[in-house]
Amino acid sequence: MENFLEFFFSGLVNGAIYALIALGFMIIYSATGVINFAQGEFVMLGAMFTAWLSGRGWPLPLVVGAALVGATLAGILTERLTIRPARTASPLILIIITIGVSILIKGLAMFTWGKDPLPVNPFLPSEPVHFLGATLSPQGLLVLVVSALAFLATESFFRFTLWGKAMRACAYNRFGARVLGINLSRLTCLAFGLSAALSGLAGIIISPLTFASYDMGTMLGLKGFSAAVFGGLGSATGALVGGFSLGILEALASGYISSAYKDAVAFLLLLIVLFLKPEGLFSPEKVEKL
Amino acid sequence: MKREYLKVSGLLALVLVLYFGLENEYLFNVFTMVGLQVLVVIGLSLLMGYAGQVSLGHAAFYGLGAYASGILSVKYGLSPLVGILLAQALTLTVAFLLGLPTLKLRGHYLALATLGLGVIAEVFFKETVGLTGGPSGLVGIPPLPWLPLSFKSYFLLVWLLVILFLLVGLHIIHSPWGRALLALHDSEVALRSLGYNIHRLKLGVFLFSASLAALAGSLYAHCVTFISPYSFTFLHSVKFVTMVVIGGIASLWGAVGGAVFLAVLPEILSRFEDYEVVIFGIILILVMIYCPEGLISGLERRLWRFAKS
Amino acid sequence: MRRIWFFLLGLLLGLNTLVWAKEPYRIGAIFSVTGPTSFIGDPEKKTLEMLVEEINRAGGINGHPVEAIIYDTQGEETLAVQKFMRLVMQDRVLAIIGPSRTGTSLAVAPLAERYRVPLISCAAGIKIVEPVKPYVFKVAQSDRLAVKKIYQYLKAKGLTKVALLTVSNGFGQSGREELKRLAPRYGIEIVADELFGPKDTDMKPQLIRIRRTGAQVVICWGTNPGPAIVARNMRELGMPQKLIMSHGVASKRFIELAGKAAEGIILPAGKLIVAHELPDNDPQKPLLLSYIERYKARYGKEPSSFGGHAYDAFLLLKEALARAGADRAKIREALENIKGLKGIHGVFNMSPQDHNGLSEREAFVLVEIRGGNFHLLKD
Repeated sequence: MENFLEFFFSGLVNGAIYALIALGFMIIYSATGVINFAQGEFVMLGAMFTAWLSGRGWPLPLVVGAALVGATLAGILTERLTIRPARTASPLILIIITIGVSILIKGLAMFTWGKDPLPVNPFLPSEPVHFLGATLSPQGLLVLVVSALAFLATESFFRFTLWGKAMRACAYNRFGARVLGINLSRLTCLAFGLSAALSGLAGIIISPLTFASYDMGTMLGLKGFSAAVFGGLGSATGALVGGFSLGILEALASGYISSAYKDAVAFLLLLIVLFLKPEGLFSPEKVEKL
Repeated sequence: MKREYLKVSGLLALVLVLYFGLENEYLFNVFTMVGLQVLVVIGLSLLMGYAGQVSLGHAAFYGLGAYASGILSVKYGLSPLVGILLAQALTLTVAFLLGLPTLKLRGHYLALATLGLGVIAEVFFKETVGLTGGPSGLVGIPPLPWLPLSFKSYFLLVWLLVILFLLVGLHIIHSPWGRALLALHDSEVALRSLGYNIHRLKLGVFLFSASLAALAGSLYAHCVTFISPYSFTFLHSVKFVTMVVIGGIASLWGAVGGAVFLAVLPEILSRFEDYEVVIFGIILILVMIYCPEGLISGLERRLWRFAKS
Repeated sequence: MRRIWFFLLGLLLGLNTLVWAKEPYRIGAIFSVTGPTSFIGDPEKKTLEMLVEEINRAGGINGHPVEAIIYDTQGEETLAVQKFMRLVMQDRVLAIIGPSRTGTSLAVAPLAERYRVPLISCAAGIKIVEPVKPYVFKVAQSDRLAVKKIYQYLKAKGLTKVALLTVSNGFGQSGREELKRLAPRYGIEIVADELFGPKDTDMKPQLIRIRRTGAQVVICWGTNPGPAIVARNMRELGMPQKLIMSHGVASKRFIELAGKAAEGIILPAGKLIVAHELPDNDPQKPLLLSYIERYKARYGKEPSSFGGHAYDAFLLLKEALARAGADRAKIREALENIKGLKGIHGVFNMSPQDHNGLSEREAFVLVEIRGGNFHLLKD
């Protein structure tokens, strides 16, 4: 198990990103029962805003703030302009709408920022840190710290605030939540905003590592979605575990087995988990067998 | 069912009129590609509308069909027809292994399993270079024997198959079996009490849809004579699902319409060049907001209302 | 009054026929303008549009104006075939420039043969013109030439242990195959053969594997943004190995992306990016400088080597049209016999046996990244 720690850390950083995106999927799914296929585009917007604004010479805190607001607004607009008008339709219809939104956002981004990837400078000086024989980049550590904070914030939102509790209630029983007087329309809007903010944050912190390009969202969205599924789409912990598992599996697979087949190995393991433990690793619901 | 026969005859007549009346290989190429997608969507529509299951990996079955019969005829010199049959066997095996455990569960586990299959298949298409030719593709796939080498002849073949499988699909829908499937969403318990084995019904529909996708894929390979992994990605799977939904989920004719609509739309929009994707996205959103029951039935309903008033 | 109108009308028509006395030559082009390979197709489209405007302003080819119809393939084979058919059947073009990718080129090549339409591909894959197909040509340098250039350099420096890190798309695959195939001929041992996905965000696991093989050199074959991530990851891991890239990243954008990590990287590239440093007796230098200047004036940024492929394809086609006129078979024949044509990526000497026509010597130069810019590496 040579270099295990290094593979592990490298997987941890990617896993943190997947976990943030998975968290975004989970929040919207809880509130509306919709899989939001535009989730990856929120990540892309976060990264793009960061690249664009820092390229215009804005100071870093302002860039991060503006990028976060931008991604959140994109989420809220998505909900108000496309989901709300079709709120009576079945989740499948809403899912297709989010596919349309994804195509639209990607197209607009291609126009605004062009087709080449945009550079982003590291937020921190890039001298690597040595730890137990492994090298870690400060930017990677930053990703870990920020996503841990974001996770804690989300978890306490779900546990301690009224809206958070309402969202959880909604995930268990949408109709029941409504009967209790929960304003579903505002809840849905909040869910989209929060989810987009988390994904935007993922985009912001990963942009110095991977740069920003208009088509980066598709792959990240797919990975985040898989992580969310892995974690059962039911709880924040699930999303976290799903994200980290996928990231670490990928890194270990490419480190010990084959970099060519790493995605296949990761997804094969996902499938095996699905077959053996279909409710996901951390899902509150039990799966019914026919 | 009588009305359905009438509609099918109409489609047949249209295909024949085009075949004998048109001399434009470009249009035949477009219609052939549309027809192949219609084939995939017929199966997927049955799966989604009647078995209540979504597949996010139909491009993988499409690709499996294309690669299996392509490889068998390029590398092993088998006749494309044998290749197509073996591709069917392979696809059905994979679909069976995937469907057997997941379809037992209530919920969208098939969607997740097929999603995984899609990613894995894409990796294999890309990485087993000795077999598939890797990312730069498989060259020199022989065309089907006994068929004149033109898009016109492939157009006729593909659309006759569309009509054939449309009839099969319609028969399934109008059989007691099909009605049972449609009822699945409402009460599985009731169905079980009627003596239907739900699991087996769902699995059957899934296998049928996978087999159709593979058939379309094989035909694609032998028609274009070149394939690469870029034609069988996750995004293509999503496109197939979109075609079904945009046409109306529980309607076979709607699905056909949806496939034609989504396949032809980019061709019309291509004059807008770079704006094409943006307009495409907007149209997709608007159609889903204003015709959630599907474009075809939505338009029908609006026309009815208009006629009555 | 009426007479005056007739007179004016006549004048207008007369003017028209005066300016364009002859039928326009209609040519087609299919590029991956959008989609994952838009970084190839977009500069190609822009270059072609610029050239067509210029030639029409200058009076066309032998008095015939040129009309170019450009379609987007999104880098996808099905669409490439569809657009090819549209150009041939609906638009009835004389010849077609493109497609941008090897895969799309291989997909339409049999059709170019079937319908006897001259096709000038802008992709690099050697399979496009080997074996030679009468109607299919290509302008991009084969990857093999870039690999030879790298290996010659390594041999001269006495470096023998090489690790490969290639992207899993058509470009990476072609490079990987050539790198592996030519290695024994130069006494080079390949000690690692790793891959990464085009949208991967972290290549550290692969690099860690490479690090423990004792490789002296890492050759990374890919297009943005992957190689820039590789460069940064190598620096983060503190790897001392020499990093060599492919011509896939021969653009300023790569240096912007990789930042300080780009320093010291060596790569083979077309002469375009070091045009200013070329010796004055270089036959291509004036053309290269003029292309850069015109492209900058028109689009406000420097052209990429991909745009250069479209430039070369158009030069060849222009020459063929000038010789052959509006006849597909004659255009094909003229293309095959073009000799000594100075293009962006070399001097073209076509023949019935060679439908690429570039010589090893001119196709690539080795460049080094120093001080945030490309510099010609003198051997």
